[in-house]
Amino acid sequence: MKVHHHSYDAVIVGAGGAGLRAAIETAGKCRTAVLTKLYPTRSHTGAAQGGMCAALANVEEDSWEWHTFDTVKGGDYLVDQPAAEIMCREAIDAVIELEHFGMPFNRTPEGKIDQRTFGGHTRNHGEASVKRACYSADRTGHMILQTLYQQCVARDVNFFNEYQVLDIAFVEGRVGGVVAYELATGDLHVFTTKAVLFATGGFGKMFKISSNAHTLTGDGPGLLYRRGVPLQDMEFFQFHPTGIYKLGILLSEAARAEGGILRNAEGERFMERYAPTIKDLAPRDMVSRAILTEIGEGRGAGPNKDYVYLDLTHLSPEHIDAKIPDITDFVRTYQGLEPKTDPIPIQPTAHYAMGGIPTNVDAEVVIDAANTVLPGLYAAGECACVSVHGANRLGTNSLLDIVVFGRRGGQAMASYVDTVGHPDLPDDIEVDVRDRIERLKASSAGENVARIREELQEHMTDKASVFRTEESLASMASDLDALDARYERATIQDKGEVFNYDLTEALELGYLLDLARCLVVTARARTESRGGHFRDDHPLREDEHWMRHSLAYRTDDGVRLDYKPVTPGNYLPMERKY
Amino acid sequence: MPETELVKVHLKVKRFDPERDRKPYWQEFDVEMEESDRVLDALHAAKWYEDGTLSFRRSCAHGVCGSDAMVINGENALACVLLIREAGRDITIEPIRGLPVIKDLVVDMEPFFEQYRSVMPYLVNTDDPGYTERLQSAEDRARFDDTTKCILCAACTTSCPIYWGNESYVGPAAIVNAHRFIFDSRDQAAGERLEILNQRSGVFRCRTAFNCTNACPRDIKVTEAIEEVKRAILYGRV
Repeated sequence: MKVHHHSYDAVIVGAGGAGLRAAIETAGKCRTAVLTKLYPTRSHTGAAQGGMCAALANVEEDSWEWHTFDTVKGGDYLVDQPAAEIMCREAIDAVIELEHFGMPFNRTPEGKIDQRTFGGHTRNHGEASVKRACYSADRTGHMILQTLYQQCVARDVNFFNEYQVLDIAFVEGRVGGVVAYELATGDLHVFTTKAVLFATGGFGKMFKISSNAHTLTGDGPGLLYRRGVPLQDMEFFQFHPTGIYKLGILLSEAARAEGGILRNAEGERFMERYAPTIKDLAPRDMVSRAILTEIGEGRGAGPNKDYVYLDLTHLSPEHIDAKIPDITDFVRTYQGLEPKTDPIPIQPTAHYAMGGIPTNVDAEVVIDAANTVLPGLYAAGECACVSVHGANRLGTNSLLDIVVFGRRGGQAMASYVDTVGHPDLPDDIEVDVRDRIERLKASSAGENVARIREELQEHMTDKASVFRTEESLASMASDLDALDARYERATIQDKGEVFNYDLTEALELGYLLDLARCLVVTARARTESRGGHFRDDHPLREDEHWMRHSLAYRTDDGVRLDYKPVTPGNYLPMERKY
Repeated sequence: MPETELVKVHLKVKRFDPERDRKPYWQEFDVEMEESDRVLDALHAAKWYEDGTLSFRRSCAHGVCGSDAMVINGENALACVLLIREAGRDITIEPIRGLPVIKDLVVDMEPFFEQYRSVMPYLVNTDDPGYTERLQSAEDRARFDDTTKCILCAACTTSCPIYWGNESYVGPAAIVNAHRFIFDSRDQAAGERLEILNQRSGVFRCRTAFNCTNACPRDIKVTEAIEEVKRAILYGRV
């Protein structure tokens, strides 16, 4: 295996919205390399549909304080409030900046950026839904990804496409470098660098029914966890209410913002019973639970009574074509239905990790309950946990998160690299990666990783999703013991160097197994229900004991847990009603 | 609702491994799929449970990331958008044409992205916009809406017979991405882009074969966009 050496001031891992926005900030300020295992425009930011909230007040009265309140309440009070305040305040500039970058937002009749309602976003602390989401039809994420990539092209940002980062090295308590695997050649590349920003996205591929791309395997959090960085709030995973039945492909909340209604088998608009004020536009955790409650009580549709309907049939065809053309096309393509005349079978789908690499508001990674910074290490976007989303992210706040904290991380990293010299990296930091690869290639008898991954996904969807109990989680824990043991003995068929996806999929499964373990351990420990984490056996929120973030550390004896307090702010916890 | 009955699907995939093979060959797979499955699911079934050495790019699996353009039954398509129901029980899969094959269905995308970058694919506007958004009427916004849908999958460019014969031709995808800015009322660099596209490698290579429009998985009216760029050059205005 050939090893190449590079030297940079800053390395960005991942080229979705957060990575690209950070690169725009560092380009021209310090020598930056952006490493992505895909091509930048393939990143999953491009799959985001509905919008990006900012209190521009272009179509009705709004304020960033209301946005902050909604974010805190939507996150079931596990949100660090100063971080949410920063995000919601800076959202306004972030949207304006995207417009200046060329983002083709939909426009009002006066030519301003148009805005629409979205789940959990309200006027004056919950009075009614508010038009806060800035959007480009139902491909807002696609347009943000394209716009940020275009700006990187304009700035001649240095991309290493199809380079998969597999390890990080620390020197004298700070970042020293990363090791990447080049997909086209099978060569290893050691990047000596003063700073690294991880922006690798989510890890929804641990579930069977998921809106996530095949490549969302948690490489960033996974490799940092193995190097001793804790992962925060891993028990909180969001299930989006409206995934295409069986496939999990996302149908944006924009469908409901534009007038779509959820109905059970009896045709009833059941959200009126669960969230009388904002109904179908309640936050995602509540809507997903409502759907599964309807199904559980026998009001599901279909031969197995296991889905409900998203009904758009009362909307005008012109309105559908103008505002939600892509998602209605998905329904035509994958379900063979015409959404203008047929109600759409949907079910909740694993969508977004609230938890991840713990950071402060400058995207600096913090490694303990005292928020000690690990110098030179940054994370932003879904792989990070600031925490602005708390126990449940509001719709559109992910696009906001990547742009706001990608920018802050880029700024912080660019100033940090001016204050330190180049690290003195040992010669052989690629040894562990080389061993992992050679061991997989040397194995001959052994199980294929695809079956192990398939079982992981099935069990996680069955046992660790919207509703959890000690029993289901304990069962999942023993499943993971068995899957881990099988993974240790797994083999790959492709022994080659060039585009060996057999190898990279095997490495990725290792991360998914570790992260699933973190989720299960933290979820078992949290004997309360909050946001996306709902325990049938502990159905109430217990603020006195559980108003705190979990931290999961890897040890040789399994996961070690620690906790740190939630940073409070203006909004005191109250019962979450909508 | 989607059928759940399994059907036998016969895949014929063009393989080439530069480490082992002197020339490409065909490999056949028999997989059991549902009619509502994607061609991508069939490729996964072949890779995951029969031959792990089969290589192809993919990511989102629902037609928005642009990773898995390939030639399926002779025509360019995204493997994650074409269903078994449409592709049939006998499916032939080859890499997209006009870009060098690296391994199996994986081609070198660099020439494609270089052509994309050559048309200044970013907004140019040197006026100070201040602290608010630039205004743009809904009509002006609609003028370039179609070409903002491009996901850079290369299905159009690699379906173009002119591109197959002349790799210096900038190709439909690059023109689509130039169109997206040329017709954006906020942009100030239309003239420069039109000059780039008026060169020998530019837009007048197009012979209106319409392959690109038929190949686009996002239903962009590619040929129409190319014609609009040609007219803008000929009449000197957008």
